[in-house]
Amino acid sequence: MLTILFDGVAYGMVLFILSCGLAVTLGLMNFINLAHGAFAMAGGYFAFLLATRYGVSFFATIPLVFILTAGLGLIIERTLYSHLYGSSHLEQVLFTVGLVLMSIVIADYFMGAQPVSIPLPEILRGQIEIGGVGLGRYRLFLILVCGLLTLGVQLVISNSRFGRQLRAAVDNASVARGVGIRVNRLFALTFAFGCGLAGIGGALGAEIMNIEPTFPFKYMIYFLVIVAVGGTTSLTGPFLAAMLLGIADVARKYYAPSIGTFTIYVLMIATLLVRPNGLLARRS
Amino acid sequence: MISFLRHGIATASESAKRHRWFYEALFWAAIVLAALLFPSQHLLMIEISIIALFALSLDLLLGYAGVVSLGHAAFFGFGAYLAGLLALHGIVREPVLAMLLTGLISGLIGLAASTLVLRGSDLTKIMVTLGLALVFYEIANRLTWLTGGADGMTGIEIAPLLGLFEFDFFGHIGLAYCLVVLFLLFIVARCVVDSPFGWSIKAIRDNPTRASAIGVPTHRRLMAMFALSAAYAGIAGALLTQTTSFVSLSVLHFERSADVLLMLLLGGTGYLYGGLVGAVIFKLLHSWIASLTPEYWQFWIGAFLVAIVLLRRASIRSALASIGERFRPAGHAQGRAR
Repeated sequence: MLTILFDGVAYGMVLFILSCGLAVTLGLMNFINLAHGAFAMAGGYFAFLLATRYGVSFFATIPLVFILTAGLGLIIERTLYSHLYGSSHLEQVLFTVGLVLMSIVIADYFMGAQPVSIPLPEILRGQIEIGGVGLGRYRLFLILVCGLLTLGVQLVISNSRFGRQLRAAVDNASVARGVGIRVNRLFALTFAFGCGLAGIGGALGAEIMNIEPTFPFKYMIYFLVIVAVGGTTSLTGPFLAAMLLGIADVARKYYAPSIGTFTIYVLMIATLLVRPNGLLARRS
Repeated sequence: MISFLRHGIATASESAKRHRWFYEALFWAAIVLAALLFPSQHLLMIEISIIALFALSLDLLLGYAGVVSLGHAAFFGFGAYLAGLLALHGIVREPVLAMLLTGLISGLIGLAASTLVLRGSDLTKIMVTLGLALVFYEIANRLTWLTGGADGMTGIEIAPLLGLFEFDFFGHIGLAYCLVVLFLLFIVARCVVDSPFGWSIKAIRDNPTRASAIGVPTHRRLMAMFALSAAYAGIAGALLTQTTSFVSLSVLHFERSADVLLMLLLGGTGYLYGGLVGAVIFKLLHSWIASLTPEYWQFWIGAFLVAIVLLRRASIRSALASIGERFRPAGHAQGRAR
C-alpha cells in the first residue's frame, strides 16, 4: 500500500515535470500543443545517446538534455509554431498532430522501433529500507530531483522578474503588451524552457515509461488530462492533477491490470463534466 | 431602399443557385462516369465513398456547427461494430435495414455523447471527444467475446441487398450501394443545412452569444447536429462492415480521426463537397505515397498537415494585407477574416 503510494508519487512527479511546460504555453498563448510529448521523447533519446555513445555519466546527462531539448524547442518554436499564434484551435490541433506523426516516423527511422533503456549508475539501483518499507532508490531519486525542479519552477514563477511578467501575460496578454512586456519573446523562452523540462522528464522517466517512437502519442493523453483537469491558471492545479493521475495509474496497474487504461479517460471525462475548466479554475 | 437591396440579393443568390445546380450535376455525373469507366477500381472507389461519407459527417459538425472533434472515429467504429453484430448474430439480416438501424442507434449514442462534449472551451471539447474515442477503442479491445478484440470480428455474412443483389468480390454491387447511400445522405445533408435549422446552426457557429440573444436554443440545436453527425458516421462505419464483411480495431483508431480531419482540411469545410473532394485527394495521395515509401507514409501525411496549415496561414495573411491596402477606410475586413 505504502509502496504504491510511493511509486505513484514518483510517477506523478515525473508526469508533472513532463507536462508543466504544456500548462504554461497553453495558459499563456492559448495554444493547443499536442506535440509536447515529442519533445519529451527527444529528451529520452538524447539521454540515451549521450549515455551509450558518448559515455557521459548519468548525472551529467540531465543538464545536457535540458539544454539540447530547450534548444530544439526554441528552433521549432521560432520556425514553425510562431506562425500559428492566434489561429483557430482546429488549425493548431491539425498542425501539432502532423508534428506528432512526423516525430514518430523520425524516431523510428533513426532509433528503431524498440524501446531504449538508459543505463542507471550503481548508486541508484536496488532498494533501501526506511521504517520497514522497501523503497526503490531510483524512485526516491526521482522524487528528490523532480521535487527540487518543481520548487525551482515555482520560485522562478512567483519571485523572479521573468515570472512576474509571465503571470501578467497569462492573466491578460494584451494588457501585458500594453505595459511593454514583450510577450512573444517571453513565450519563446517559456516554450523552450517547457521543452527542456519535458526533455528532463523524458530522460528521467525512461525507467518507468518506455521511450519508443510511439511515445508522443501514447502519453499525449496523459499530458492533456493533467492540463485539462488541473487548469492553466496556476501550476498548483496541474501538480495536483499529476499526483492524482500518477497514484491512480500505479494503483490501477497493481490492483486491476486487466481493466485497461480507459479508467483514466473515464476519470478525466467525469472531472471535466463537473469542472469543465479544470479543478482549480477561477470563476469568471 | 431595403426592398431594392433584398431584391438584389435575391437575384444574385438565385443565379448562383442555378449555376450551382449545373456544377453539382456535373460533379455527380463525373463520379458515375468514373465508376463506369474503371470497373477494375471499384474496391478502391468503395473505400473512397465510405471515407467521403465519414468526412461529410464531420463537415456537418465542424464546418456548420463549428465543433472541433478529435475523436469522430468513435461513432464510425461504433457503427462498424454494430453492423457487424447485427449481421453476425442474424438480428437484422437485410443490409439496408441494418444500415438504417445502425444510423439510428449511432445517432442516439451521439445524442448521449453530445451532453458530455458540448461544455466548456474548445480544449475541453477536444479532450472529451478524444477521450471518448479512446474509451470506445479500449472497450472494443477488452470485450473479446463480443467484438473479437485485437483479432477483429470475423465470420460475418452479409445477406443480399434488399434480398435481391448478392455482394460480389469485385465490389460492383457494393459500389452502387455506397454511392446511392452517399448521394441520398448528401441530399439530406443539403436539405438540413439549407433549412431554418441549418441557418440557426450557422448562426451559432459564427456567434453563439448573438444567436442565443435572438432566441436560438443553442445547446439543443448543437446537440441535434452532433447526433446527426454521429448518425452519418455510424452509417459510414456500417457500409465499411457490409462491403468488407470484417471489422477490425482500426475502425476506432486515433489515426482515423486524424485522417478525416486532414481530408476536410484538403477539401475545405462548410460547403458539404469538401469532405467528398478531400476524400478523393486523400486516398489518391495515400496510395501514391504508400507506393513510394511504404513504411514512412505516415511522415508525409504529417508533413502535409503541417505544410497545409502553414500555407493556409500565409495565404490568409497575404490576402488580408491586400484587402487592407485596398479598403483601408472600411476597416472591418480584418475583423471578419479572423
